[in-house]
Amino acid sequence: MTSAIAIKGISKHYGVLQALDDVSLNVHEGEFFGLLGPNGAGKTTLISILAGLCKPDQGSASIMGVDVQSTHREASRMLGVVPQELVFDPFFTVRETLRFQSGYFGIRNNDAWIDEIMANLDLTGKADSNMRSLSGGMKRRVLVAQALVHRPPVIVLDEPTAGVDVELRQSLWQFISRLNHDGHTIVLTTHYLEEAEALCQRIAMLKQGKVVALDTTANLLSRFGGTKKHNGEAVDLEDVFVHIMSGNAA
Amino acid sequence: MKHAPFDYGSGFPTLLRKEVKRFYKVAFQTVAAPVLTAVLYLMIFGHVLEGKVEMYGHLSYTAFLIPGLVMMSLLQNAFANTSSSLIQSKITGNLVFVLLAPLSNLEFYAAYVLAAVVRGAVVGLGVFLITAWFVQPSFAYPIWIIVFAFLGAAILGSMGLIAGIWADKFDQLAAFQNFLIMPATMLSGVFYSIHTLPPVWQTISHFNPFFYMIDGFRYGFFGVSDVSPWISFAIVGGFFVAVSFASLRMLKTGYKLRH
Repeated sequence: MTSAIAIKGISKHYGVLQALDDVSLNVHEGEFFGLLGPNGAGKTTLISILAGLCKPDQGSASIMGVDVQSTHREASRMLGVVPQELVFDPFFTVRETLRFQSGYFGIRNNDAWIDEIMANLDLTGKADSNMRSLSGGMKRRVLVAQALVHRPPVIVLDEPTAGVDVELRQSLWQFISRLNHDGHTIVLTTHYLEEAEALCQRIAMLKQGKVVALDTTANLLSRFGGTKKHNGEAVDLEDVFVHIMSGNAA
Repeated sequence: MKHAPFDYGSGFPTLLRKEVKRFYKVAFQTVAAPVLTAVLYLMIFGHVLEGKVEMYGHLSYTAFLIPGLVMMSLLQNAFANTSSSLIQSKITGNLVFVLLAPLSNLEFYAAYVLAAVVRGAVVGLGVFLITAWFVQPSFAYPIWIIVFAFLGAAILGSMGLIAGIWADKFDQLAAFQNFLIMPATMLSGVFYSIHTLPPVWQTISHFNPFFYMIDGFRYGFFGVSDVSPWISFAIVGGFFVAVSFASLRMLKTGYKLRH
């Protein structure tokens, strides 16, 4: 199977903090992949390296076979990133923001696709509103739309549903699932483990910069599925996560 | 779908358009205010010194002052455009959208600096149009006016880019502006000819590259200057190459942008 993302031996430190320690993993083309871990585990650093925002101390990473360090510009066309922070440019409207983002990728006359993204993310009614006037949830939708304007084959969502209401989460996952169904590779980081369990085919868990688990969601669950919790409920991904993060190998 | 179905062009025109639109949306602050400041300088200094000082032996003080004020406004606003845009984008975090895009370092540099040139030119033109009511303007060598206006704005746009990338906080940027850019422009011959200074200050002025920008620019209006316009052109051109190289070097290494 072709790798949409190939990460080989990536290490990164900030001062004395080892953010990533010899991380290697592959995300297959067309996969819905979960990248889980507690705060400070290195998820955002790994995404930043893929996006060319951060340089690894050692190791390499590629997107659709294109190296993110030596051929950053080509790699960036393959990748759409939804950043974790709720960032926006206060000078512009939603439509201007999306047109500019499209133009940064050198894409002109992209209004049909921009309109389609806005419709799918329920942003059409806010197209001419200034970014400052939007609620947090609406700003989050615009971040998702910005990541999609150049139709990247690989989409990375860094905690896209943090602080988002249930309605948006549902509509966002429907849209992202459709993109995945259409062939886009999706990488998701989230602290909502029920979302990861429902959506992700494979999951990697990071702890203190190291990969401590990497398997299909089904396999991860089945390793702990033989035992039920004391209240009789089936083991879920949260139980697996807590078990692994507490130091027990998966 | 393995690859995005687009025929990619350059991101440079969009980034340039965005940077121009950014200052246009707040034109009252970015264009009208500096024009008013320059007109106030002209009214106050012109009123106090007109008829008391004659420049180059034949020029009225107000006529001498106008090109200096135009160039000073142009330079300061070119610097303000890149520096304020970058520091705001860094602090609010939205610079990530530019950094995620497949823009080359040269495209990034050229877009920010050309937008600075546009703002500098708009403000400079605004100052000139209003101050032209005070004195009949003359254009001895218009090509020198254009050359020094462009190079001066591009240099200050580049310095704004360097300052905007270097500064982590607004007060660091203010220090750069108030302790380096402002004194260098104010002490560059905007308000006087350096021949009126004591010898030691004349010597010091010759080490200030801003002096050559304003002196060369003024030569375009009057055909008279403190030093040859060709010397000014060589020094200003060399300074432009140096700050461009420094800017592109910062972008290439990812200094304070890509960790």
